Amino acid sequence: MTESSNRNLETASDADKLRRVAIDPVSRVEGHGKVTLLLDENNRVHQARLHIVEFRGFERFIQGRPYWEVPVMVQRLCGICPVSHHLAASKALDGVAGAGTIPPTAEKLRRLMHYGQILQSHALHFFHLSSPDLLFGFDSETTRRNIAGLASAHPELAKQGVLLRRFGQEVIRVTSGKRIHGTGAIPGGMNKALSMDERESLLSELPQILAWSRNAVDLIRKLHESDPALYDHFGLFRSGMLSLVGAQGELDLYDGTLRARDADGRILLDGILPEHYGTHILEEVRPWSYMKFPFLKQFGPESGWYKVGPLARIQNCDFISTPLAEQARMEFMAYRNGAIRHEPLAYHWARMIELLHAVEVIQQLLSGDDILGTDLIAHGVRQREGVGIIEAPRGTLIHHYRVDDNDLISMCNLIVSTTHNNQAMNEAIRRVALDYLDGREITEGLLNRIEVAIRAFDPCLSCATHALGKMPLEVELVDVEGRQVSSLYRDAEFA
Amino acid sequence: MPNLHDAVTEGSKLTAPILVIGIGNESRGDDALGPFLLRRLAAMDWRDCEFLEVYQLQIEHALDLQGRNLVLFLDAGIQTSAPFSCETILPDSSDSPFSHALTPQALLGVCKRLGFSLPEAQVICVRGAQFELGAPLSGAAETALEDACLYAVSILKIRQNLLA
Repeated sequence: MTESSNRNLETASDADKLRRVAIDPVSRVEGHGKVTLLLDENNRVHQARLHIVEFRGFERFIQGRPYWEVPVMVQRLCGICPVSHHLAASKALDGVAGAGTIPPTAEKLRRLMHYGQILQSHALHFFHLSSPDLLFGFDSETTRRNIAGLASAHPELAKQGVLLRRFGQEVIRVTSGKRIHGTGAIPGGMNKALSMDERESLLSELPQILAWSRNAVDLIRKLHESDPALYDHFGLFRSGMLSLVGAQGELDLYDGTLRARDADGRILLDGILPEHYGTHILEEVRPWSYMKFPFLKQFGPESGWYKVGPLARIQNCDFISTPLAEQARMEFMAYRNGAIRHEPLAYHWARMIELLHAVEVIQQLLSGDDILGTDLIAHGVRQREGVGIIEAPRGTLIHHYRVDDNDLISMCNLIVSTTHNNQAMNEAIRRVALDYLDGREITEGLLNRIEVAIRAFDPCLSCATHALGKMPLEVELVDVEGRQVSSLYRDAEFA
Repeated sequence: MPNLHDAVTEGSKLTAPILVIGIGNESRGDDALGPFLLRRLAAMDWRDCEFLEVYQLQIEHALDLQGRNLVLFLDAGIQTSAPFSCETILPDSSDSPFSHALTPQALLGVCKRLGFSLPEAQVICVRGAQFELGAPLSGAAETALEDACLYAVSILKIRQNLLA
């Protein structure tokens, strides 16, 4: 199903004789990420690994809590995508609450909240995390690659990023009730209706938001077209892909069934109901990483791994239901004459197509009068178990719960988007290591290429702790004898 | 929500001159110091003050800073001298390459580059010791929180009197 890199760089055969370069943590990625490279005396790369500290304590943190608290509680797992956890938990617990199907208005309000989250998250990533790399180049000085640098050189772009994100946050606020810690979604439906004033306020801003979103798609397409030698090959690896798709095969980020394709686009699995995810997806533990490696059971860990997120989703679906995004998707596919695209930098293009789609969906939802309905909660016979799957900004997010006789959570299993992309991100950095670092003197610009490859996936390491002094950036060079020969340390002060 | 034009020009005419922002995740031990301090202050009787609780500072919070006379950031720190520190901060244009989130200084930097008038800004950083998921507030942090609260109240009262 999936092909690995040309040279296997996961584990070096003679690691003790190699020198080690660590990028710790990876910048502009939440939480703790670390890349280690093992090089010989000629700077040939023998091993490249992305390590991520995954907080498996989340499941234990949730166990023993009343199930109705969980949709609020899980928002504390992550400062970046709390809404995705909020909705995935609510979907999983709908069944536990006896709501096989929630009222139509409740589902539309949840979709509105979710597409607001997609919009704000994609806007932050493109306009403020990745654009500095893409616009200034990978070798530009660090301070120019960050937000401030973008704002200085492209004030309009920076402003649009701020306002797109603010609009998405406002959609979240009116549907969840608060800017953070919202309680809008509950097991069985929603507990907050949308007012006419809230709808009109959002609708009045949409023409401008839509125009900026279309411009963003144009910008990233032009960047690709302007430098195909870079964009078509940087970090390139082939893999299968996994995502939800809607009932007609359309792109659906809120609900649907699981579909997997191979690297050539052939459908391997389709119509997999969320509650059957465990029959098809397993996770492998490897001794060198805290984060597991998911794979499709029938293909095994060696070839059953896949990628998730925007690049997977817009190629896994058959079409996009909104006209502007569908036109953009067709142009995206035409770029390589309809062949499946695997280049990691195409994630940015796909992400902007999804951003445009999110704005169109928000417009459609707000334009229907049933979004103002007040029948928001369904009831039924209690169940003991539920699974909720949602396409979070970074990819497929799975929440699975069991509840005991006292309504307390007895089992919780989460597979987050970044975990699905674990092998894919490792493949990308190994490709970049071979293409750019192998046999050369290591410079900060070269190391930044590793980070650019990781950032394309927009990993979220689910760490909302930001306390002062918590996250320095450390690059370590160690010689053949294991002695540290130099190091670079940048105190993040706040992280 | 102010419309997009107002959002990037002068902000709402109803904006309170003082904004207090509590930063942190209350499910991560002493990371809750910022939100807990904010809630104590917000429960008191203030005029001219608005209170905002956030997990992390993000770019859109630049819009919240518009039209303010004073912005007071409340946060937790590991290397902060006990029980807390307080400093006036300035915009920093070379900060925060390491996270989706911004520092208070970098947030001021975003404001500056977007052409907003800059408020006076101070950070009260309370020393914390444990930041693990599910951990309660540590005993030392609870004591530091009391001290920081008294100090924050004095700052807000002085500023409130100046505005009167």
